[in-house]
Amino acid sequence: MAKKYALIKKENCVACGACQNECPKEAVAVWKGCYAKTDLERCVGCGRCAKVCPAAAISIEKREVQA
Amino acid sequence: MKKKHWYDYLWIWAIVYFTLGFFNILFAWFGMIDFLLPLLIAVVGGNKWFCNHLCGRGQLFSLLGGRLKCSRNKPAPAFLYSRWFRYGFLVFFLAMFGNMLFQTWLVASGASGLKEAIKLLWTIRVPWGWTYTAGTVPDWVAQFSFGFYSMMLTSLLIGLVVMLLYKPRSWCAFCPMGTMTQTICKLKNKEDRKNL
Repeated sequence: MAKKYALIKKENCVACGACQNECPKEAVAVWKGCYAKTDLERCVGCGRCAKVCPAAAISIEKREVQA
Repeated sequence: MKKKHWYDYLWIWAIVYFTLGFFNILFAWFGMIDFLLPLLIAVVGGNKWFCNHLCGRGQLFSLLGGRLKCSRNKPAPAFLYSRWFRYGFLVFFLAMFGNMLFQTWLVASGASGLKEAIKLLWTIRVPWGWTYTAGTVPDWVAQFSFGFYSMMLTSLLIGLVVMLLYKPRSWCAFCPMGTMTQTICKLKNKEDRKNL
């Protein structure tokens, strides 16, 4: 699993879908028109979604390593 | 690479729509599709499929600002996507839309004459008479076209400016249709959101 992932700040998200259209892994999708959600299994933390997000709703975070 | 769908090319429709308005203003009525369809999808389907896949304007901004690099790609100032600005702009936009409908009604009732001009940014009057031959349709139909096209062109101009200054789809952060449909979706999916 990738070391990073896209974290969505729900309160900022405008659900425009720019992230969804940009994601090469189909890991980010707009959930019922409310806000974007990340599929943690698929997300590789490339940051393309964060780069296009017009509302600064996505940040790339490190995954917590499970022991 | 992602599979392309027919709706990935709707940016062409956006260009065609705005170009047609330079030749015959009556084509402005087609803009009602962009107005009613997102609402219909949000109300019936409870999602923002229009914004996510069908918005030609959003696609155009992505194309110009993204692939063609006509954007500084800088983060937009936080106020642009703040709640008060988004809802404030929505209220303002709806008020302007209401005013446009009122102007149309004035013409329909004979209280006012047809004004063959468009208004950019709600203030700058630009003569646009060459796009309409008087008497082709009832005056109110033409008046609505001029008013509606003014609104569409104004929002395109604002969208292009914020695209150049900030991220390509910065317009989407405060697009009145987007705000309205997201609110509908949030209300419609209230229960599901609680169960998440």
